Amino acid sequence: MIPESLQSLLFWVVATVAVLSAGGVVLNRNAIYSALSLLVNFTMLAVLYLLLNAQFIAMVQVIVYAGAVVVLFVFVEMLLGATGRIQVTGWLTPRLIVAAVAGFLLLSTVGSVVYESAIGGMRGNVTPEVLARAGVVQVLGITLYTDYLLAVQLAGVLMLVGLVGALQLGQQWQRGRPSSLPGSPARSPSAAAESTGRGNTPMRENGG
Amino acid sequence: MLHAIWVVIALPLAGVLLNGLLGRHLGRAFVSIVGVGVVGAAFALGAWSMADLAALPEAQRTLTLTLWDWITIGNLQVPLALRADALSLWMVLVVSGVGFLIHLYSVGYMQHEDARMFARFFAYLNLFVASMLLLVLADNYLLLYVGWELVGACSYLLIGFWFHKRDEEQAPVALLDGTQVALPPNLNPADAGKKAFIVNRIGDFGFALGVFLIWSTFGTLNFSAVFDAAPQAPAAVLTAITLLLFMGAVGKSAQLPLSVWLPDAMAGPTPVSALIHAATMVTAGVYMVARSHVLYDLAPGSALVVALVGGITALYAAAVALVQVDLKRILAYSTISQLGYMFVAVGVGAYAAGLFHLTTHAFFKALLFLAAGSVMHALHEVIDIRRMGGLRRKMPLTWLTFLIGALALAGFPLTAGFFSKDEILLKAFVFSPWLWALGLATALLTAFYTFRALFVAFTGQPRDWPLYEKAHESPAIMTLPLAVLAILALLGGVLGLPAVLGAPNLIAEWLAPVFGAHGAAAKHEVSVAMEWLLLGISAAVALAGIALAYWFYVVRTDIPARLAVALRPAFTFLANKCYLDDGYDAVCVQGGRQLAQWLAQGLDKAAIDGIIDGGARLLARGGARLTQFEDGHIPHYALGMFVGALLLVIYLVIR
Amino acid sequence: MPGVPTAWFLLLGAILFTIGAVGVLVRRNVLIVLMCVELMLNAVNLTFVALSRELSSLTGQIFVFFVIVVAAVEVAVGLAILVELNRLRQTADVDEVSELKG
Repeated sequence: MIPESLQSLLFWVVATVAVLSAGGVVLNRNAIYSALSLLVNFTMLAVLYLLLNAQFIAMVQVIVYAGAVVVLFVFVEMLLGATGRIQVTGWLTPRLIVAAVAGFLLLSTVGSVVYESAIGGMRGNVTPEVLARAGVVQVLGITLYTDYLLAVQLAGVLMLVGLVGALQLGQQWQRGRPSSLPGSPARSPSAAAESTGRGNTPMRENGG
Repeated sequence: MLHAIWVVIALPLAGVLLNGLLGRHLGRAFVSIVGVGVVGAAFALGAWSMADLAALPEAQRTLTLTLWDWITIGNLQVPLALRADALSLWMVLVVSGVGFLIHLYSVGYMQHEDARMFARFFAYLNLFVASMLLLVLADNYLLLYVGWELVGACSYLLIGFWFHKRDEEQAPVALLDGTQVALPPNLNPADAGKKAFIVNRIGDFGFALGVFLIWSTFGTLNFSAVFDAAPQAPAAVLTAITLLLFMGAVGKSAQLPLSVWLPDAMAGPTPVSALIHAATMVTAGVYMVARSHVLYDLAPGSALVVALVGGITALYAAAVALVQVDLKRILAYSTISQLGYMFVAVGVGAYAAGLFHLTTHAFFKALLFLAAGSVMHALHEVIDIRRMGGLRRKMPLTWLTFLIGALALAGFPLTAGFFSKDEILLKAFVFSPWLWALGLATALLTAFYTFRALFVAFTGQPRDWPLYEKAHESPAIMTLPLAVLAILALLGGVLGLPAVLGAPNLIAEWLAPVFGAHGAAAKHEVSVAMEWLLLGISAAVALAGIALAYWFYVVRTDIPARLAVALRPAFTFLANKCYLDDGYDAVCVQGGRQLAQWLAQGLDKAAIDGIIDGGARLLARGGARLTQFEDGHIPHYALGMFVGALLLVIYLVIR
Repeated sequence: MPGVPTAWFLLLGAILFTIGAVGVLVRRNVLIVLMCVELMLNAVNLTFVALSRELSSLTGQIFVFFVIVVAAVEVAVGLAILVELNRLRQTADVDEVSELKG
C-alpha cells in the first residue's frame, strides 16, 4: 500500500483541490466553467474514494458522475446558451448574508461534532483484509444481490421511470403529434426559434 | 337654643334653596327679605346660644352636638358633629353679624342687576354664610375641611359673579421725568375666580396632608380627642402636622407665598370683597390655627414659622399697598397685611389677641370696603384713585364712615383697631423685640397708605370733573350698615382693653375656657411702665403715619411724584407687586405648559405611540417577511428548508 | 486504524456540503443550482464511504451506490424540466419563476 505519510500528503492536496473546485462551481459566472469545476471536483472525490479503499465506488463515480452527469450539464448548457449576457445585480444581497450565516452555522455545528465525538454505530466485519482477499467488487456484488436485492430492482424501475419522464418532457409537438425533431416548430413559432439551440435566451446571473 | 345650634347653619341653607330655586320668579323684595333675614336670624340665634353658654359655669362651656353618624369605616369614625364653645360661638357672631350688615348693604348695591342675577347673588352669599358657619362650628377636622372647601367654592362663584367681564387695563403711571411705569392689568372676574380657587387648592393640599397625618397619628379627627392625645405624640410629627395645616392657612388667608389671589379677587362685587375677603373667609386660617392651639403650643418651631410668615407678609403687603392706584386693591393688600398681624399673634401664642384683631378687623375692613363700594356705586364703577378727589363734599356720610374706618385701620388711639393692634404688638414684643419692630414698621406704612387713599380720594380738588359731577351719596340701605360698622369700629375697643387701663379684657376672659392662660392678657410679662411706653409708641407711630400722608398728599403734593422718579426701581418693583405673579407665571404656568407639551409630544406621541406603532409595524413587516416563504419563489423555499434542517442539526448536536 | 484519520474526511465532507448549500441558496442560474445540489450529494457520499471504512461495513458503500443512481436520474429529469421551462418562459433564472405559488 501507499505509505502513510504519502497518504496524508495526497489527502491534503486532493482535499484542497476539491474544496477549491467546489468554490469554483459556486462562484463562477459562466456555467460552463462551473461545470468544468464540478468535473474536477468529482475526479478529486474519486481519488479520495480510492484512498478510502472503495475502488468500486471510485470507478462508478468517474463513470456515472464525471462521465454522464457532467456531460449532461454541459449539453443542456449549450442548449440554453451560456456564454452570453450576464446582468450584474450586485453581490451583497441580504440573501447572501443570510445564506452565509446559515452556512457558517451549519459548518461550525457539524464540524465541531465531527471533530470531537467518537464514532459509534454498528461495526461490521468487512475489514480491509477481507476486502483485499476477496476483492471489493465481488463482496459488494454479493451483498447487493443478496441483502439488497429489492433495492436494486427498485433502482432499476426508478431509472426506467426517469428515462420515460425525461423523454416525455423533452418532446415537442408538431401538428398534433409528438416530435423530437430539432428545428420543428413547437407550440408557437417563437418557441421554435428559441429551441434550436441558437442559445439566445439571456441568462441572468448574480453579479459575481 | 344651644342644643339647636345647627339651625344657624340650616337657616342660610334654606335661604340658598329658596332664593336659588324660586328667587328669580318671586321678585327682588322676596329675595332681599329671605336673603337678609336668614342671616339676621342666624345672628339672633347665635347670640341667644351665646347667652345660654354664658349661663353655664366656665368649666362646662363646651357642647358637642352630634347630628348623625357620617362616616364609619373600620377605624375611621367621623360623625357630623358641631361644637359650641366660646371660640366657635364668637366666630358665629362675627360671621353672622357682619354678614347681616353686608347682606343689607348688598340689597342696595346690586339693585341694578336683573332679577336672575340678583337672586343668584343672594343664594351664593347665603351659601357662603352657611359654609363659613359650618367651618367654625365643626367638631372635627374633616367637617372643618368640608366647610373650608365650601367657602373656597363660594369664593370662586362670587368672585366670578360677573364672568362676562374682561381684563381691565390700568392706565400707566406717568412720572415727572416724562417716562411711564406700566401697571399690570386687572384680571377679569372669571380668571380671578379660577386663580383664587387654584391657589387655595395648593394650600388645601397641605391641609389635607395634615388631616391625614392627624388621623394616622391619633386615629381620630375629633378636636377634643386629638388635643387630649397630643402631648403623647412625638414632637416631629406634631411639627409636621402643624406645618401642613398652616399651609392650608397660608392659602386660605392669603399669606406669602400664596397671597397672589386676593388682590385679583377684587374683580368680584364689592360686598363679596367685604364679606369674604376681609371679614370672614380669609380669617378661617387664623381661626383654624387658634382652634388647633394645643398642637401649636406643642410645636414651637411651627409656631415660630407662623409668626414669621405673618410678620413678613404684613410688611410686604403694606409696602406694595403704598403705590397701588386701585382703591380696592389698596384695601386688599391691607387685608393681607392685617391677616399677617393676626398670624403673628397666634404664632407667639397670643390667641385671644389674634381673635380680637380678627374681630376689629372685620368691623373696620368691612366698613372700608363697603365705603369704597359706595364710592364706586356713585362713580359708575371707577376705582382708580387718580380719577377721584374732593368726594367728601358730595358723599358726606361715606366720607365720614371711611374716615372712621381709616382711623381704626391705622390704629389711631382709642379706636378699636388701636387696641387690637397694640395688643398684638405687646405680645410680639414679649416674644421678640425684632418681631415687634417688624410690626411697628408695618403699622407706620399702614397708617400712611390708608390715609394716602383717603386724602387722594376724598379731599382736595376733583381730578376728573365730569365724573365728580355725577357723584352722589348712596341710598340709606347702603349707608345704614356703614354707620353701624363705623360705630363698632370706634367703640369695639372695649372688647379688649389692655390691663394697664385697669379694665377687664372681655374677649380674653370669654375665650379663656378655650385657650386657658394663654388667652388672658392678665399676665404681666412686662412692667406697667413698659406697657404704657409701648402703648405710647403705637399711638405715636399711627399719628406719624397719618401726618406723613397728610404732608405728602395734602400739603406738598409734589413730593410723591418726585420720590417716584428718584426711587424709580423701587417704585416699579412695588407697583408690579414685587413680580410675584410674574414669578408664578414663569415657573408654574409656563413650566406647566412646557411639561404638558413634553408629555403630549415627547412622551405620549413619540414614546408611547412609537412603541405601539412600532409594534404594529414590526408585526406587519414580520408578516410580510414570513409570507415570502410561500410565494412560489424557489430560493425562499430552499432557504426555508435549509434553515429548518440547520435547526434540526443544531438541536441534535446540542442534545 | 492506519491511514488518514476518518475525521478529516468527515470534515471535508462537511465543508463541501456547506459550499454546496450556500450555492443552492445564492445562485440564480438554475443550472448552477443543480450543480450545487450534486456537490451536496457528493459530499454526503464521501461521508458515507469514510464511515464505511471506519466501521468496516459495506453498508456505507452500498448506500452510496444507490445515491449515485438516484442522483443520475434526478439530474436527467431535472434538466428535462429545465429545458421545458426555458422553452416556456425564455428564462432560466430562479428568481423569475414562481409557478409553485399557492
